Amino acid sequence: MAETKTVDNAHAHGSQEGVNYLNETSGLWSWLTTVDHKRIGVMYIYTIIAFFVVGGLFALALRLELLTAEKLFMTADVYNQVMTFHGSIMVFMVIVPGVPAMLGNFMMPIMIGAKDVAFPKLNLASWYCLIIGAVIAVASLFFGGVDTGWTFYTPYSAQSATAVAMVVFGAFVMGFSSILTGLNFIVTIHKLRCKGMTMMRMPLFVWSIYATAILQVIATPVLGITLLLLVAERIFGVGVFDPALGGDPVLFQHFFWFYSHPAVYIMIVPAFGIVSEIISTFSQKTIFGYKAIAFSSMAITFLSFLVWGHHMFVSGQSPVAGTIFTVLTMLVGVPTAIKLFNWVATLYKGQITLSTPMLYALSFLCLFTIGGLTGLFLGAFAVDVHLHDTYFVVAHFHYVMLGGAIVAMFGGLFYWMPKISGKMYDELLGKVSAVLVFIGFNVTFLPQFVMGSLGMPRRYATYDGIYSGYHVLSTIGSWVLALGFGVAIYALIKAAIKGEKAPEDPFKGTTLEWTIPSPPIHTNFETSPKVSGRPYEYR
Amino acid sequence: MSTGKVDRRVEPSHHFDSMIQEHDAGKQGVWLFMATELMMFGALFAGYFIYRTKYFDAWVEGGSLLDWRLGAFNTIVLLLSSFTMAQAVTDSMQGHNKKAFRNVIITTACAFIFMIVKYFEYSGKIHHGLFPGLGMWNPEAVEVAQTKLFMTFYFVMTGLHGIHILVGIGLMVWLMKRLKNDEFSKEYYTSVEGVGLYWHIVDIIWIFLFPLMYLI
Ligand SMILES: [Cu+2]
Repeated sequence: MAETKTVDNAHAHGSQEGVNYLNETSGLWSWLTTVDHKRIGVMYIYTIIAFFVVGGLFALALRLELLTAEKLFMTADVYNQVMTFHGSIMVFMVIVPGVPAMLGNFMMPIMIGAKDVAFPKLNLASWYCLIIGAVIAVASLFFGGVDTGWTFYTPYSAQSATAVAMVVFGAFVMGFSSILTGLNFIVTIHKLRCKGMTMMRMPLFVWSIYATAILQVIATPVLGITLLLLVAERIFGVGVFDPALGGDPVLFQHFFWFYSHPAVYIMIVPAFGIVSEIISTFSQKTIFGYKAIAFSSMAITFLSFLVWGHHMFVSGQSPVAGTIFTVLTMLVGVPTAIKLFNWVATLYKGQITLSTPMLYALSFLCLFTIGGLTGLFLGAFAVDVHLHDTYFVVAHFHYVMLGGAIVAMFGGLFYWMPKISGKMYDELLGKVSAVLVFIGFNVTFLPQFVMGSLGMPRRYATYDGIYSGYHVLSTIGSWVLALGFGVAIYALIKAAIKGEKAPEDPFKGTTLEWTIPSPPIHTNFETSPKVSGRPYEYR
Repeated sequence: MSTGKVDRRVEPSHHFDSMIQEHDAGKQGVWLFMATELMMFGALFAGYFIYRTKYFDAWVEGGSLLDWRLGAFNTIVLLLSSFTMAQAVTDSMQGHNKKAFRNVIITTACAFIFMIVKYFEYSGKIHHGLFPGLGMWNPEAVEVAQTKLFMTFYFVMTGLHGIHILVGIGLMVWLMKRLKNDEFSKEYYTSVEGVGLYWHIVDIIWIFLFPLMYLI
């Protein structure tokens, strides 16, 4: 990699001093019509953080209601709606697009030495799909909302009096955003790598984006057609999933989870990529087991298509099918554990700097491990019969999705903030946010494991008084957690507005984005870079 | 910033190094899009087979309600259009924009014929109370209750396929405009090839739909 650094991009002839992708043109219109992958990435950052705040406010409202066993301020109907919006927003508008659309868009082309993604206009179209889909879904609030939960299970979703069709159609449109982004990224990674950038020299973040893109392209169409059938069922009254009409509601579950289990990896695999980058950089050490980490992403991609049945152990599945799905689910644990061991081995004897991104990455290691291990409980069908639809499940997927995907996402935002905005963030604020998030998260969700295993069912507005203690603790934790994310977002905004100017390579990273000025110029590189070795060649 | 408009016949877009690279990228993009189409229709075919096993009698009755002659006619029309589309791609590869233009017109005409036949088929079914929704279903029209489910699959699958034909017509109009303007060359015919691939997958889906719906 040393050779790459000799390419002096900042001061090569022809570039005007001080011109970069942010200031070369101005005005809102120049942003809304941009086809620059960096600007599109930045637009995604703004929109997705905004969605995250909205989804988070819904979550806070839920936790507040659950402070008391009896009704506090929401009726059960309102609670169901708030819960559905929290879930739908966080899944379809925040975590699924999340890392690939924001950081993948911005960093992946730079990391492989390309000037842009393969189809820049399509890239912009993906952003509009997300926005249009989100507007449709959120507008349903004015047409009766939706109360089915984010999974839209039939037959209830076919019968509910709320505006299910609208939200489902919104999710369908957002699916296009996901598909087109994935398609764009696969082609970019295959066709636009710079000279010397073989597949086995790609940064691990790029590998994870690649694996994710395959999932997006192959799994999302199945969700698309499922949601379309559901819309047809509600509007035309045709009965594919409605038992009253001869349809089968379990078919909906099969279709839904055929997408939504891989979707779990659409959400978490990019986070793996961020963690690989951060851990290597802040240990100043060559990543341990580069190939193992890269191939385990691909193994997860493959296996994720074979395990959807573990969501349906109590949906009348035969014991044989249950056993098969249990075994296949356990297999996913293998490549995942390989990654964890490699990260820990990278840390071993590294020169560790506990900067903000590193704190988030270490939080990730801890929280994701808990989330992953509790997933084994739920993946074993004998145990799942007891834990199904309890707070144990809620805690498990929050450990993976929030403690895993979102925590890594914030780590990535801090890590690449200097490159994206050209400004440094406030290290103290960043560290405070990371610590608050870690504490708040555990206080919120650890009690949920306990009450779940004691039988507290999920998705209820009121509960038996014996669970009060856990719920109070959990609600208090949610306030700390919200404070943590609030500080984090404040730190990011503050950095973007009045941070100190960032150098090219503030963290001594080895991947290509650290060889160009912060913020980058429109074409990323003055001249196409040439790569002669793997990244992470520290020592 | 890109400086002015790129003449795609002789130079690649600004973020590509060569025209071949750009062509390959475009082609791969279309292939991946085809994969999403296969997954989407694949789910519907899976549903079709599950219910066919479950309600075999309904599927037999449903198949007998469809006119195989109309289906066969449309199959021939689409096969012909596939041939002319392939011809158009070959023409544009050799730089014959005019010839390609004529072949795209024939393909578009076939697409229209297909949709017209489909229109008569649909209106016939609706007339006989065989549309399974909007209160149009007539339970007396069939012997097995679940035939309604068969008709649901028939309308959803052929309807979705029909939407793809309509999109194809739109794409071909776009191609005609560009062929007329001589926007393609021996080195740059990515769009023609891409639409060609799209059209073939639409045909292939019909090749599966025809026997599954009309014949078995
Ligand atoms: Cu799963």
